[in-house]
Amino acid sequence: MNSIILRVATRYLAAILLIFSLYMLLRGHNEPGGGFIGGLIGATGFVLHAIACGTKEARAALRLQPQTIALSGLGLALLAGMVPALMGDAFLTGQWLFLGAAEGEKGLPISTVLFFDIGVYLVVLGAILTLVFAMEEEI
Amino acid sequence: METLLSLTIGLLVAAAVYLMLARNVLKFLFGMILLSNAANLLIFTAGRLTFGEPPLIAAGEKLPPPGVANALPQALVLTAIVIGFGLFAFALVLVFRAYTTLGTLNTDDMRVAEPQEEADR
Amino acid sequence: MAKSSQVRGVAIDKNYRHCGALSIDLEGDGARYLFQNPEDTKIATPDPDRPATNGPAGWLPVLLALALCGWFATFIGPVSRGEVLRVSFDWAPSLGISLSFLVDGLSLTFLLLISGIGALVLLYSDSYLRGHHQYGRFALYLTSFMLAMLGLVSADNLIALFVFWELTTITSYLLIGFDADKEKTGAKARRSALQALLVTGAGALALLAGLILMGEVAGSYEISQINAQGDVVRNSVLYLPIVVLVLAGAFTKSAQVPFHFWLPNAMAAPTPVSAFLHSATMVKAGVYLMARLHPSLSGTDFWLWTLTVAGAVTAVFASLQALRQSDLKQVLAYTTLMALGTLTLFLANTSGYAITAFVTFLVVHSLYKAALFLVVGCIDTATGTRDAALLGGLARSMPVTMLAAAVAAMSMAGFPPFLGFIGKELKYAGALAVASEPVLVAGAVLLANALMLAAAGVVSFKPFWRPAGGALPRTPKEAPWPMLAGPVILASLGALFGINPDLLQSSVVAPTVAALLGTPAEAKELALWAGVNLPLVLSLATFALGLLLYAFHTRLRALLQRVLGALPDFDARWDDVLNGLKVLAGWQTRLLQTGRLRMYMAVILFTFAAVIAATLALKGAVVIAPDFSGLAPKHLTVIGLIVIGSAIVTLTDSRMASIAALGTVGIGVAMVFILYSAPDVAITQLLVETLVVVLVAVAMLRMPHLGAPGERDIRPRDALLALFVGGGVTLTLLAVLATPMDLRLTEFFEETSGPLAHGRNIVNVILVDFRAIDTFGEIAVVVIAALSGYALLRTGKEAGR
Repeated sequence: MNSIILRVATRYLAAILLIFSLYMLLRGHNEPGGGFIGGLIGATGFVLHAIACGTKEARAALRLQPQTIALSGLGLALLAGMVPALMGDAFLTGQWLFLGAAEGEKGLPISTVLFFDIGVYLVVLGAILTLVFAMEEEI
Repeated sequence: METLLSLTIGLLVAAAVYLMLARNVLKFLFGMILLSNAANLLIFTAGRLTFGEPPLIAAGEKLPPPGVANALPQALVLTAIVIGFGLFAFALVLVFRAYTTLGTLNTDDMRVAEPQEEADR
Repeated sequence: MAKSSQVRGVAIDKNYRHCGALSIDLEGDGARYLFQNPEDTKIATPDPDRPATNGPAGWLPVLLALALCGWFATFIGPVSRGEVLRVSFDWAPSLGISLSFLVDGLSLTFLLLISGIGALVLLYSDSYLRGHHQYGRFALYLTSFMLAMLGLVSADNLIALFVFWELTTITSYLLIGFDADKEKTGAKARRSALQALLVTGAGALALLAGLILMGEVAGSYEISQINAQGDVVRNSVLYLPIVVLVLAGAFTKSAQVPFHFWLPNAMAAPTPVSAFLHSATMVKAGVYLMARLHPSLSGTDFWLWTLTVAGAVTAVFASLQALRQSDLKQVLAYTTLMALGTLTLFLANTSGYAITAFVTFLVVHSLYKAALFLVVGCIDTATGTRDAALLGGLARSMPVTMLAAAVAAMSMAGFPPFLGFIGKELKYAGALAVASEPVLVAGAVLLANALMLAAAGVVSFKPFWRPAGGALPRTPKEAPWPMLAGPVILASLGALFGINPDLLQSSVVAPTVAALLGTPAEAKELALWAGVNLPLVLSLATFALGLLLYAFHTRLRALLQRVLGALPDFDARWDDVLNGLKVLAGWQTRLLQTGRLRMYMAVILFTFAAVIAATLALKGAVVIAPDFSGLAPKHLTVIGLIVIGSAIVTLTDSRMASIAALGTVGIGVAMVFILYSAPDVAITQLLVETLVVVLVAVAMLRMPHLGAPGERDIRPRDALLALFVGGGVTLTLLAVLATPMDLRLTEFFEETSGPLAHGRNIVNVILVDFRAIDTFGEIAVVVIAALSGYALLRTGKEAGR
């Protein structure tokens, strides 16, 4: 797989996939998408990068260890669940805040649910990359 | 379509079972992939099939249009797919490690925990 | 030392022969243990290396038991006035289970006996096992047992009662096996403990089933409520199963024939344990249960005859066995069986005489039996043996023990003016009032009583007054006061209540009879002199017969050994059962656990398919209504992809073809999701499919081909099983599709997704909000799978280096 065209093209493709994955993640609550799909798309991007340029470069592009990403995702999801628990609701009850909400204007919704979904995203991304990178390196 | 899909799922299960009974552990893995596909389709079909009405609420509406597809099995299947992938990836690594350690893919020869003489005594 | 052990050896051999049919041991060790109780269990002389006292573990439990006993004594007033004390805590309210306690006459009688005898036994143990290195453990077990027993007899909820019941089983297991690590006697102790656990545990399982049935039938798990409407249980169609299951628990616990064999073996426990568990308390748990549920279960022919037959057979059989033994502890063990049989016999009935006899004899027996067990412990400690043939002439050296033994034995034998006499009179009165066969029952009671009188002579007359049968292993000397307190107090109580039965009448007998029969008026009067009547005549006959039996008991013993030796040996059958289980386990393990993955898979899959097929067949759920309408080319294409793909994977031996075909199947499945309105699922499926192919392709680089070249992998039997499983799944799905769909949950999600969860993609809202805790569990699994896989790969790398 030592084609320059592939390597260069892949870098752009991976970047596009990553941005697309974030888009899918954020729109997930209202349109098809969400943390699982976003995480899978993001992982696909990095897997492509690793196939084309090697895991070393892919790891460098990721900056963080994939295991760390997966675990912080799990931690974030847990935290998103704990916040409502601290506020007196049941574990994982959604808490919503509408920034700049006004009469007739819904405002920008920020919620624990969003953070939970981001946690899912990070878990899926990190877990898949943990395995794929390790497989590639072992074989 | 439900009848046809039921038959297809049965066929998928049969193929999966046949593969999982093979000596070669890679075939076992392939069987597992088929089985998880079959299970996902089974749950999905059991939740009834709805053509062309995804469970989405239009912007500005409070309720989805009537006759929309059943969202619950979809959510279950979605996570099942991801979990199935995690299971498969782990099993693949396990098979790979078993091969590098034991030097065989034949399950009949993988008897470290239950050696032949122990079982025959 | 050499001499004494030789003497001991002679005793062993002689008695080993005598022991004959009811051979308790397997390798000879067991029988030996019965007749010599060496320093293993206790320390007769102070050992300078060991502490002289047991510290707080010695006296603290005694104080606890005393305090409890005192507390329970304060209930006597209210209970004798007819009050019922009740307290209840919620435990699992949704299941009708509460931790409720009730104190009525029956409970209070048991509470007082358990805590009172418990205090004396704990005091006794402190001396008996003085300086034992594990006395703390012993005291803990014994105290725990006592508390469990107290809970058992005061529980007012069927499930709570069962929990305490099992707690007594477990603690008694620990107590019987207390000497498990002793070199000589450990094997015997372990076997006996396990036997008691398995027999009573198996009975307890039946009991649990019976109690649950009973609770469901009665609509309440509170015993007081069930007893208040006893006819509901009696008239239920489930009455017979309930009684059978409850009695299975009670009979195993109270060692009724044919479940009696564990009780004599349980004498492997240290003597205080035998005194406490196997005479006064635990074995009476079964009797207690029958008494407790008496208002709901009694009064039918089945109850009457089952209890009468079991009780009478146990009483007579055990009395004969008792006379046959020469180990004092075994004699007492069998007379306990006899007592349990008699108590069961009386519980069969609902007459006031029978129940009064039951209560009185219960108290009589607990007092004298505990006293005598403790006396035997004193004799054993003082002389080093419990062999009746060897012991003799102890009256001079152990006068207090002798007195206590004599008083207790007089009560046991039923001489006036002791409580035992009253008990015996009532037994005859009760026997003559039974609803089944008064003559036969009275005959059985007469025979049992006469044999008991003879047994009392063997235990408490012969060792003290007859000449010794040989040199004793140790020079006897009087036991210390804590060991004498128990026998003396218990024996004196027997005398006190005998002379002044009114003390018992209002405080114990009347309230207990009221608890069983509903009114204290049914209680008959306890009196030393009830006039010249049939019971008195029978009493006199008992004395004559009993003295005769005692006079000839040595010859009788030889005779009994021949006769009873011909009976089936329950204890040996027990070993056969256990060995049979082992063989069965070995057989099924070899059959199922072959160590081959394919075999395991086949068994699991076959079972799965068989269960599905059986359910479909039994429920008549097979729906054959093929509906192929509305099929368009796009449907056929999608299905075609899946079918062809799976066929290729199944048949090919090429890795690349397999991977490609798997991808085809995955895409086909994704297209089904797209067709039927599941965009999220379809996207996920496609992405996962891609990643699967990538992973498999990477792994393939290092792994060999699927099959050896030229060797076709065709397995008709597996194919058959595959079709069986697949067919089962298809039929199940068709059956599911033929039933109406319950959409309530989905509708809830549809209605609340927008307004409450602020999301318009319902699937995603379910995932991250409604069912977020599921999702959280799932992502945790994904993380675990990834980390485990990672660890596997990394360790492999290090191992490879």
